Amino acid sequence: MENWRLNKMVTIKQALDDEVACNEWFLPGNSCCAGCGLEIALRWAMKALGPNTVLVTPASCLNVVIGLWPKTAPNFPFTNMAFAAGASAATGISEALKAKAYRFPGKNWEKITTLVFAGDGGTTDIGIQALSGAAERNSNIIYTCYDNEAYMNTGIQRSSSTPHGAKTTTTTLGKERYKKNLPAIMAAHEIPYVATCSISEPLDIYKKYKKAKTIEGCKYIHILAPCPPGWNYPSEDTVEIARLAVKTGVWPLYEIENGILRMHKKSHPLLDPSKRKPLIDYLSRQKRFAGMSEQSLIELQQNIDNDWKMLASRLHAQES
Amino acid sequence: MVSDIKKEFLQNKENKIIKGNEAAAYAAKSSRVQVISAYPITPQTTVVEKLSEFVDQGLMPGTQYIKVESEHSVMASMVGASMTGTRTFTATSGQGLFYMNEMLHWVAGTRLPIVMAIASRGPAPPWNIWADFTDVLSQRDTGWITSFCATHQEIYDEILMSYKVCEDHDILLPKFVAYGGFILSHTSKPIIIEEQALVDEYLPPLPDEKGWPHIFIDPERPMMFGNLIMPSGFYYEFRMKIHETMMRAKEKIMIAAKQFERMFGRNYGNGLIQNYKMDDADVAMLIYGDLAFQMEEAVDQVREEGYKIGMVKLRHFRPFPVEEIIEIAKKVQVLGVMDRGTAFGSPTGGPISSEVKTALHNTEKTAKILPMISGLGGREVTIDQQKDQLKILIKMNETGELPKDLLYGTLWHGKLEVK
Repeated sequence: MENWRLNKMVTIKQALDDEVACNEWFLPGNSCCAGCGLEIALRWAMKALGPNTVLVTPASCLNVVIGLWPKTAPNFPFTNMAFAAGASAATGISEALKAKAYRFPGKNWEKITTLVFAGDGGTTDIGIQALSGAAERNSNIIYTCYDNEAYMNTGIQRSSSTPHGAKTTTTTLGKERYKKNLPAIMAAHEIPYVATCSISEPLDIYKKYKKAKTIEGCKYIHILAPCPPGWNYPSEDTVEIARLAVKTGVWPLYEIENGILRMHKKSHPLLDPSKRKPLIDYLSRQKRFAGMSEQSLIELQQNIDNDWKMLASRLHAQES
Repeated sequence: MVSDIKKEFLQNKENKIIKGNEAAAYAAKSSRVQVISAYPITPQTTVVEKLSEFVDQGLMPGTQYIKVESEHSVMASMVGASMTGTRTFTATSGQGLFYMNEMLHWVAGTRLPIVMAIASRGPAPPWNIWADFTDVLSQRDTGWITSFCATHQEIYDEILMSYKVCEDHDILLPKFVAYGGFILSHTSKPIIIEEQALVDEYLPPLPDEKGWPHIFIDPERPMMFGNLIMPSGFYYEFRMKIHETMMRAKEKIMIAAKQFERMFGRNYGNGLIQNYKMDDADVAMLIYGDLAFQMEEAVDQVREEGYKIGMVKLRHFRPFPVEEIIEIAKKVQVLGVMDRGTAFGSPTGGPISSEVKTALHNTEKTAKILPMISGLGGREVTIDQQKDQLKILIKMNETGELPKDLLYGTLWHGKLEVK
């Protein structure tokens, strides 16, 4: 662990002491773009969950990068699903596993983890109804939004998760509206576990999935997953861009467990705005924000500051 | 058949006087379904209420009941549940069925034996909640086996027969069991609820631990389902197989009906169609759903006047009983085809009459066909009107002339006078 902090190369075994995590469950040879944020997110989620997992993926990049038939990269049960149906299909699986457990007791059918990996379109737009339904029912699933902030699979169209100012093929002048705060919406459903992750913090992804696996009910994890072609930056910069999103405060890392909010150690100090790196450090690395007006920049900063104020007031309310 | 049921009803203490929707719920219970997912919609609602009651009272041990937030999620969760290897059931009506449409294709493409009861209603706008089979008929090309029920008992019986056909490993296709909203769903009739041991003997066993042969969710046998497939891959062949299986399902439907009769004593023709007084008929009416039930009485009354008229009850729309219909059309001189549903811009305007014409197009010397439509949106069709419909066919046979007042070749019967 010490070596890791010193930023020297360590093996996963040295860092985690977890046999399962030493394996890859999303295999090499898949067709992700170079520098794909999604791939890092899925690999680390699966390192935590292990192969006793069934993954449901509604229409998104993941439907394609797993490989064209008959090739397939996931080394665990995986089903493609219709766009709006991620959370509901997963509910069907987790309930059927209960029915199977009743009929075949002692075979651990109920111990299989039902996981959803959906993009931001499949989560914040077309899939939100099914997701909200699953959350309200407290279906026993882990729902993941891997957020690349636009419809990347269809060629970079705006979603409700696209941030203010970002250019997409359907917001050619930059998006006017703001990013939908889905983790906050999910927290408002009062489900047992909500968390945000960044692919720049793989150990954090690992720990959060490890925890989510042990919790009964609906778990929601939102991972920021930068996309080189969509955000228009060199593919070797993916981790750095994600890291900047955390450091500038664009993407706060936290978890809300049974209603209690805890900030990640890298995000906690940023409650103090002066500790945040300048927003421009993050934006200037991505051409999707090129040509953004000063006014737009101010508005985006205000939007981010407001999210932090919400987090701060929640923490404050918890303490008092 | 009616009197047979009465006799049997009095002998059997398991019988109940219940609504058509409750008959569907009892059928699901008798079939020991393992996962139910449902969303309420008029006129299907009492199906989901009754099932809720069963589950809450512990009468369906081990059954998981998912109360979802929409019909799209109903069918998505059914897909998840069925893929995992469980027997599944749901019910819906009109708008709910339309909302499911994407997932209906998904189910057939996945080859999952899901059974769904449909209390049919007319499509909006304007809002309509009454009997009209346009909802289920407009799902024609989704790859679901499709059947109609004419009586309360038939709802119960047909659902049992459906699991028999759909879960056959040579078939593995989903099925709609449709019946008229309110006319059957909300009226009460005596129903025979069969003994559980007999039903268990009739139905295939519940899927074993390995699940279905073609698809399973099992970490010990990791499987990918539904990858993108290039045009050079097997997509084309998968589609062809669905059609081929649907056609093969005819035989299984006939076997299931025969075995059903042997075990429970109720006859449903050959399963695909059921003839009524057709032996000496020279004029006949082909009809489906609840209208068929009352039409039996209309046929009897017209026969008393000395006419040789018969009725063919269409039980399955998919697969379509082409051979049976050719046989009938060769036997009679005039065949009326009565639709309670619409297919706008189709050859006749009626979904079934268009199909009948298609089925006969290569056969010489067949009956004259009169496409007819009545009872749309739950419009009442009285027995006198049905007798009138039969007499139009008789007159057509006598004069050799088509009736007047046809709209592009189709008789829209029982419409209001528009000034």
